[in-house]
Amino acid sequence: MSFEPFRTLTSKTLVLPAENIDTDQIIAARFLTTTSRDGLGKAAFYDWRFDENGAPKNSSPFSGYDPAAQKILVAGANFGCGSSREHAPWALYDLGFRAVVSSDIADIFTSNALKNGLLPVEVDEQTHRTLLDAPGEEVSVDLEGQTLRFGGDRQAAFKVEPFARRCLLDGVDPLGHLLNQVDAIEAYESARP
Amino acid sequence: MTAKSLFDKLWERHVVVDETADSPAVLFIDLHLTHEVTSPQAFAILSERGLRVRRPDLTIATLDHSTPTLPADENGELPYGTPEAKAQVETLIANCAEYGVELLGMGDPRRGIVHVIGPELGLTQPGKTIVCGDSHTSTHGAFGALAFGIGTTEVGHVLATQCILQRKPKSMRVTFEGETPAGVTAKDMALAMIAEIGADGGQGYAIEYAGPAVEALSMEARMTLCNMSIEGGARSGMVAPDDKTIAWLEGRDRAPKGGAWDAAVSDWLSLRTDEGATFDKEVVIDASELKPMITYGVSPDAAAAVDARAPAAASDEERRAADYMKLEGGRPFTENSVDKVFIGSCTNSRLSDLRLAAEIMRGRKVRDGVVALIVPGSEAVRRAAEEEGLHKVFLDAGAEWREPGCSMCIAMNGDAGAPGDLVVSTSNRNFMGRQGKDVRTVLASPATAAASAIEGRIADPRPYLEQ
Repeated sequence: MSFEPFRTLTSKTLVLPAENIDTDQIIAARFLTTTSRDGLGKAAFYDWRFDENGAPKNSSPFSGYDPAAQKILVAGANFGCGSSREHAPWALYDLGFRAVVSSDIADIFTSNALKNGLLPVEVDEQTHRTLLDAPGEEVSVDLEGQTLRFGGDRQAAFKVEPFARRCLLDGVDPLGHLLNQVDAIEAYESARP
Repeated sequence: MTAKSLFDKLWERHVVVDETADSPAVLFIDLHLTHEVTSPQAFAILSERGLRVRRPDLTIATLDHSTPTLPADENGELPYGTPEAKAQVETLIANCAEYGVELLGMGDPRRGIVHVIGPELGLTQPGKTIVCGDSHTSTHGAFGALAFGIGTTEVGHVLATQCILQRKPKSMRVTFEGETPAGVTAKDMALAMIAEIGADGGQGYAIEYAGPAVEALSMEARMTLCNMSIEGGARSGMVAPDDKTIAWLEGRDRAPKGGAWDAAVSDWLSLRTDEGATFDKEVVIDASELKPMITYGVSPDAAAAVDARAPAAASDEERRAADYMKLEGGRPFTENSVDKVFIGSCTNSRLSDLRLAAEIMRGRKVRDGVVALIVPGSEAVRRAAEEEGLHKVFLDAGAEWREPGCSMCIAMNGDAGAPGDLVVSTSNRNFMGRQGKDVRTVLASPATAAASAIEGRIADPRPYLEQ
């Protein structure tokens, strides 16, 4: 899977207010027998979106969800907790999301998302509350300026680990960066007992 | 000289390139464990880019998540849950052959859950950095290693370079003071801690577990405690090596031998937090006050003493969990009947866990209508348990004795609960749907799980252990 570089994004939000949305909710384990990174969008939040017959649920938070227009997921605290499955950001990206906003996003999910063009945005509690209370609101994310704009003229700052930010902005490849350190790696290996 | 923590020492030893404002540190990985679920796309990265595995000697693979726990049929065919599960297993076999990675596959007497076999083989050692595409890699911290879960892209990084890019996390010390009462296990300590700090309380931290109640734990119990670190949000948890660590490792297949052993032991015993070292956060828990714990919600921090009453839901969040779990607020937990009991997983599937469960089940019967699944963590655990006759205890009680694997912890191999089932489980996650669609998971120790199987309801194990 390749992803587009991320600079700015303006889109409406989909709000999932629940706290502790774990990676089993994002993509259930039964979908993890794949050997590919592609096409996992259908599996994203499957049990939230579909009933046992595979029909869309009426009372789902995804009712009326438009992937083309709602590229920003706003979720309750501790989003992405649980397993290390990178299938979680793969699935969210494939479904159409490009950013996840919460007050608190789990470590491994953050690390995985940043490697797959899905921007994790941690905001202050007040901004978080405002966004949770305004489903479908248009929000602008500026990665260069690390600023979120919402509610007309309001804005909030957020932080992204600088290297991951550069990778997203400039298309820097982390594996390429590591491979360029091969001399240092060799020196380290040969200095060990 | 600045006083350093165990974590500081482990970190410093593995920095290949220092962290800067612009870039994370390049951290060398001493041991990379891999399994069928999170590795195919990582090997695909190598293939796409024409790369080889840099250090095949430092990666070891096993099959555990997608594998059946029922034996092969008369034609030798294993009963895989789905064709995809079988294809995933075959993909790892092919990748290991192509890239020269050692695989402990089906039929290998050393196969088992990745976090059970690392220590068993003696590959898990103090002072190592250990990663795996699996969040419960924190388990290996029990040996005084820096061990944490990584994503599949990072698995590719490790395969290609034996390194990953990491910023140094903050440090937290969790001190368990006092002595745990009878019937209180490492699982109960872990659940009590997570209830205290919250499911995200450890986020951004590396945890060191310390204090008399941690020192008193066996190595297997320390593995259980460290295993659950991620359920408190921390990617790693560790315990300083001591005589128990050394005794566990001595003579194991992949442990150092002869003069190298002596040198290793003296180095390992130096891996302790210095007097005066400081932590970014300190948590102190009085172990003498702890009781057997269970979870009642859909996040591991919703944990309480087994002899308590289900709390009334006070927030939207708690109502959502209560609607799912259907444990009536105000009623004792022990009045809830149980459909299935699962004893296994990387948290609680080792010999001592099975001995504890067998102690309670010996001479008793699993309650009519309850299905109890006992799944040893590895082939070695299975052999050891069978040599002691533990499997007979379980079978005589009416429980099922299965082949090793992750089984109902992640429920991706066909072992699962039915919708609505209440499952008392020794695994690590009570997330909605984790053990099957609409399955209600109650996390507990092997003692609590075994007592619950006997009584057919959530049960306090202490009366069984005090006799």
